[in-house]
Amino acid sequence: MDILRIATAGSVDDGKSTLIGRLLYETNSITKDKIEALESASKRKGLNFLDLSLLTDGLIAEREQGITIDVAHIYFSTPTRKYIIADTPGHIEYTRNMVTGASNAKVSLILVDARQGIVEQTARHLSIASLLRIPKVIICVNKMDLVQYQESKFNEIQSKLSELVAKTTFQGQTVSYLPISSLFGQNITKKSDEMPWFTGNTLLQELENFKFAETLAKAPARFPVQFVIRPMTEAYHDYRGYAGKISSGTFKVGDEIRVLPTGQTSTIATIEKFENSLDQAIAGESIVMTLSNDIDISRGNSIVLASETNVPSLKDFSAHVCWLDHQALSAGKTYLLQHGIHTTKAKITQITERLDVTQQTSTTEVGQLNLNEIGKISLRTAQAISADIYAENPSNGSFILIDEFSNSTVGVGFVD
Amino acid sequence: MSTKMSAIHDKIGQFPREMEDESIYIMREVAAQFDRPALLFSGGKDSITLVRLAQKAFFPGKIPFPLVHIDTGHNFPETIEFRDWLAKEAGAELIVRYVQDSIDQGKAKEESGKYASRNVLQTVTLLDTIEEFKFDACIGGARRDEEKARAKERIFSVRDDFGQWDAKRQRPELFDMLNGRISVGENVRVFPISNWTELDVWNYIKEEKMEIPSIYFAHQRQVIQRDGMLWADSEHLNKEADEIPYETTVRFRTVGDMTCTAAVSSHAVDIDVIIEEILSAEISERGARIDDKRSEAAMEKRKQQGYF
Repeated sequence: MDILRIATAGSVDDGKSTLIGRLLYETNSITKDKIEALESASKRKGLNFLDLSLLTDGLIAEREQGITIDVAHIYFSTPTRKYIIADTPGHIEYTRNMVTGASNAKVSLILVDARQGIVEQTARHLSIASLLRIPKVIICVNKMDLVQYQESKFNEIQSKLSELVAKTTFQGQTVSYLPISSLFGQNITKKSDEMPWFTGNTLLQELENFKFAETLAKAPARFPVQFVIRPMTEAYHDYRGYAGKISSGTFKVGDEIRVLPTGQTSTIATIEKFENSLDQAIAGESIVMTLSNDIDISRGNSIVLASETNVPSLKDFSAHVCWLDHQALSAGKTYLLQHGIHTTKAKITQITERLDVTQQTSTTEVGQLNLNEIGKISLRTAQAISADIYAENPSNGSFILIDEFSNSTVGVGFVD
Repeated sequence: MSTKMSAIHDKIGQFPREMEDESIYIMREVAAQFDRPALLFSGGKDSITLVRLAQKAFFPGKIPFPLVHIDTGHNFPETIEFRDWLAKEAGAELIVRYVQDSIDQGKAKEESGKYASRNVLQTVTLLDTIEEFKFDACIGGARRDEEKARAKERIFSVRDDFGQWDAKRQRPELFDMLNGRISVGENVRVFPISNWTELDVWNYIKEEKMEIPSIYFAHQRQVIQRDGMLWADSEHLNKEADEIPYETTVRFRTVGDMTCTAAVSSHAVDIDVIIEEILSAEISERGARIDDKRSEAAMEKRKQQGYF
């Protein structure tokens, strides 16, 4: 059983929370006491139907303002897979939450109101899904009930969306368009009886059919060492195990490896998972690796295959960043850069561009980047980082920037 | 077999192994990023799962941090017995601190009335314990699927000097990168099984053949009926005159204090039946926690005050 992570995005009031509520409701993921709580809360609001959006709008401030203000995680499963939805707010000022929620997602679910069609946020979300290299985008044209389920209305919106997608998409990304009504459960898990003209999949079918597992295992092999296990007990006197989670690719017992940044080489003696010995392990697995000879490896080092000639090592490089903090990013400033589990100091040497993600344009000569802005920067690190180009190997190509004084995570970067 | 039952059988024993890999990764980050971490152990199935994950994360080494239990004095005796056994079995150091001591020192005040519990009081003892041992990270078994306010909790959740949680000041967590940097006085609550559901936990316990306290299985117990729920009778429960205890067959879905955990009628004597019960359950897990019923925003308010 695998896990599919989904990020949802939309504008205020396009019915995102209702869509998620509907998905949970129709996959039998809501227990009776929660439905009862929904019924009484819906009644208190004076509604004569079940307000499914109340299932996910969790915080007190949200209930007061009737909006979603932070990333919420929602879970459901089918016999095929487990689903994790990162439900992120659609407000312009909370774009940082959208990037956060989408960072682990393999599917981006974007909502468009059938009455309004494309809005500024639609373009923003599509651009961010592409910046993050999310392989699958599902655009749901919602509230079809409010446009009398007209095929012409959907076609009109879809053709405008396709023009926009043509500007944002990248090779390897698939985009699908679905006419739905969250409120009335049309094309969510059941084919719509109101829209017989639509012959495509329901939303759930789109999710169930999506395949993504192979890509990561085939990417270049990267194993960042998280923790060195040295029991120093009688039974494990000279034992030295390198613990970590493989970020991409595949490692096999007997593989010749190289340690970055030191360049030392060795051979994989064992790959262990608790009491079990494995022949190989792939991306995503938390393992312990032992090597055939004693070499000096510490936390933050990265293990790659020795056969690879072009090993990643960056000190002066450029990257796209999304700024997450109220205090702007300014050129010349020093931050802590965390790439995976490895942290080093980094100086922002230049901000070269600011992107307008709603217009797909950019401006140069940028003094600073503000909260929720996306731009291109040049930076220099104190120690080399073993990062890949994000577009080529997303699981080893991102980093976060941390403010040295507040300790906050203030930015996220994608190596160019 | 009905459609519902076949849907249930499809989900039994289906533990997504990726969840374990992610949780082990988080355990290792805690050990690497903090000077004095601790694992908050309650004796419930979620914290038992944490102990298992910690064992796996550092094997063949020992768990490099202590297990800490805040004993309210209202725990089920079966839980305490299990706690001591597990700590020994895992070869882990066990630290126990008592809510009764906080009450005796005048730092916490016993609640009165028929709904009196020590659930809120344990926050005081917990914060004192964190200060006593200078813990900078406390690992807990909270899951995001338990409750709406928990759904927004980070994996590394930074708390201020007073253990307070501020939903608006949370750090963004991107990809799997965890930023555990803190200033003096701050500490971090870590939730390695954030993304697990109740069903994931049970399927994991089953696949791993883990031991759990006996009260999770059906047994005979003296209970009273109150507010449509079954409450375990004990010396700590303030009963009204018309609340007469009687014996019946029950089990617990969640293990907290005797005064704030409701029992459910059940004949489930093994884990398969428990999982079936959960899948066809009509009541969600936290619905059996009396403390959350106090108000819709009960959990969020307690968290702001430093509750776990």
